[in-house]
Amino acid sequence: MAINPKKHEMPVQAPDIRAHNFEEVALGYTKELAVAEAQRCLNCKNRPCVEGCPVNVPIPEFISKVKTGDFKGAYDVISVASSLPAVCGRVCPQETQCESKCTLGIKFEPVGIGRLERFVADWHNANYKGEFSLPKPNGHKVAVVGSGPSGLTCAGDLAKKGYKITIFEALHLAGGVLVYGIPEFRLPKEIVAQEINSLKKYGVDVDTDVVVGKTLTVDELIENGYEAVFIGSGAGLPRFMGIKGESLIGVYSANEFLTRVNLMKAYENNSSTPVMKAKNVAVVGGGNVAMDAARTALRLGAENVYIIYRRSMAELPARREEVEHAMEEGIKFEILRNPVEIIGYNNPDDRRDPRNGFVKALKIIKCELSAPDETDERGRRSSVEVPGSEYILDVDCVIMSIGTSPNPLIKNTTEGLTVNRRGGIVVDEVTGATSKIGVYAGGDAVTGAATVILAMGAGKTAAKAIDEYIREKSE
Amino acid sequence: MFKIVNKRVLNTTVTMMDIYAPLVAKKAEAGQFIILRVDENGERIPLTVAGFDREQGTVKIIFQIVGATTAILNMKNEGEYIQDFVGPLGCATKTDGLTKVCIVGGGVGCAIALPVAQKLHSLGCQVHSIIGFRSEDLVILEDEFRACSEKLTIMTDDGSYGRQGLVTQPLEEMLARGEKFDEIITIGPLVMMKFVVATAKPFNVKITVSMNPIMIDGTGMCGGCRLTVGGKTKFACVDGPDFDGYEVDFDEAIMRSSAYSEFERHSRESTCNLFKREVR
Repeated sequence: MAINPKKHEMPVQAPDIRAHNFEEVALGYTKELAVAEAQRCLNCKNRPCVEGCPVNVPIPEFISKVKTGDFKGAYDVISVASSLPAVCGRVCPQETQCESKCTLGIKFEPVGIGRLERFVADWHNANYKGEFSLPKPNGHKVAVVGSGPSGLTCAGDLAKKGYKITIFEALHLAGGVLVYGIPEFRLPKEIVAQEINSLKKYGVDVDTDVVVGKTLTVDELIENGYEAVFIGSGAGLPRFMGIKGESLIGVYSANEFLTRVNLMKAYENNSSTPVMKAKNVAVVGGGNVAMDAARTALRLGAENVYIIYRRSMAELPARREEVEHAMEEGIKFEILRNPVEIIGYNNPDDRRDPRNGFVKALKIIKCELSAPDETDERGRRSSVEVPGSEYILDVDCVIMSIGTSPNPLIKNTTEGLTVNRRGGIVVDEVTGATSKIGVYAGGDAVTGAATVILAMGAGKTAAKAIDEYIREKSE
Repeated sequence: MFKIVNKRVLNTTVTMMDIYAPLVAKKAEAGQFIILRVDENGERIPLTVAGFDREQGTVKIIFQIVGATTAILNMKNEGEYIQDFVGPLGCATKTDGLTKVCIVGGGVGCAIALPVAQKLHSLGCQVHSIIGFRSEDLVILEDEFRACSEKLTIMTDDGSYGRQGLVTQPLEEMLARGEKFDEIITIGPLVMMKFVVATAKPFNVKITVSMNPIMIDGTGMCGGCRLTVGGKTKFACVDGPDFDGYEVDFDEAIMRSSAYSEFERHSRESTCNLFKREVR
């Protein structure tokens, strides 16, 4: 049988419909589509795809199970490596990870590994309600700080080994960036809740409303009998550009905008958290968070949403599928552009004019790329402003999505915890161990803003090291 | 869930509650704040700690009924629960080495100023307090302030109680008389703090203001509480809430505080409709 050169398309909501609702964009494979896509896998002996996965999911093995319709078996295979398959299948940048290594991808489109993972996880969550065997408690306690992807992964791996895990979460809801950052239409919160509930079945406790570094310190956790602590507290303080007008009303950090809409559900009528419903929105930045903010603004009713990005389309750091979806939905890409000033409304004749202080426009300068041999440390060509090319774009909301800098709360209250120049926690890359004995860290708290799957990989690495540390200590 | 162990109405618009939150009570210091959510659909609002009892495990909050959330919170009674109560957040007010301080509080801000005054008093610092209200029926915490102040001046806008006028008047008089303070600590409406700072400036006294901007997470994640202080962007939740009064851009803070006033007006109206339904 000849191999289909293209991935089987995943059904999606039509762009003109989904641009006005918060329901999930991608609808997932049917059983038939999943089996057909699985048939494309060559089941290579050298398994290059597994190398491309930060948590090393045994990809050919699970796909082989899908081929035969053994979806339960496929789920069990994935579970060995990943605690959050329904999440990863949706938000991983597969095109730069597993799928980028796929042998089939040399001549054709790679196997839709992410789509298959998503199908398997969803099928399992919908159909499987069987008993599962609880691990035998080993009598050791570990604390996990933060319930985002790295913390959940670390907690899941350790709980399955019999550790008693307590996750401490600063917000009122567990999930970290999966609930406050990534929007409902890309990752339904119900799925995050299911993943967390399955951890709870393994005996993981989730203590919300506890800010480690304030309510409790890392040292107190150790005094309270936790033999090891994993810090997965996330990225932290949003960055601003330092240009004029960033304090005007209608300028948000992407974190604030997305938190209002996702965590606080400001898109629902009965939510008591307000969010500005702007007509013309500029989102500054080109990452996944920028795409999420832009598409969220569109769904809140904006007529024009612009992505302002200083490099070209080729350098956009966002996941390819999100960029494509955003373009289909009508997001306008103002590439090779950089904001220089945010202009506010100011009525000189009436100080009480209610519009005073609100965003009116964005002054933008055109940019061009540096010579191909002049690249930054990540190998990207830098962006050079074109003098005199400024122009004005009428907007009433500006969302800054240009990254974050590490949160100071834990480092300020934890003696002996080394951080780097930028404030990220310094860890041993092989183990995730920090400078403080028994304390491990991973995810954005270490690396600065990165991806869900890299954070999960770090959680996994640390879980293994914590297990070894506690076993050695107890001998 | 966090239990309301005590509720007291201080005046028609201001209520005091003691909330059972032992972890928060254990750590809280004067000048810090908490974030609460009344119920499952509630918004997160910051309230400054108005007191704490480490032994009983309770934290005192005093709030003014200004919007929908505080109105719903005010409907809760002793023995009932609120959904979320997290803290203590922000940095404590610095009290080290102070020997003579003037506390200037306005309205419900006095509730926040009180624990600072009490702490200074317990450290042996001389405290002069000036507290201001719109009228007699809005005066709160008079006895408590009297107990921890060497000198207490009460001001009302309409003269219905204490002295008539603004809090800046007695402050200016004291400073003009040559009264020397190590520091002035002021907590109240933004406009009041702006003018207290302007009053103190010619006398070159150190002045600390407690800012209470719009916040969501309160832990340094959203950036909504940003202020311009000394020309730099600062986050009230992790860098504050106390700042050097001379450095804060008050006009900007006042502007930013009105971001959702339209939304608040609507939600207050809809809350009022709910109240009507309750009454029927």
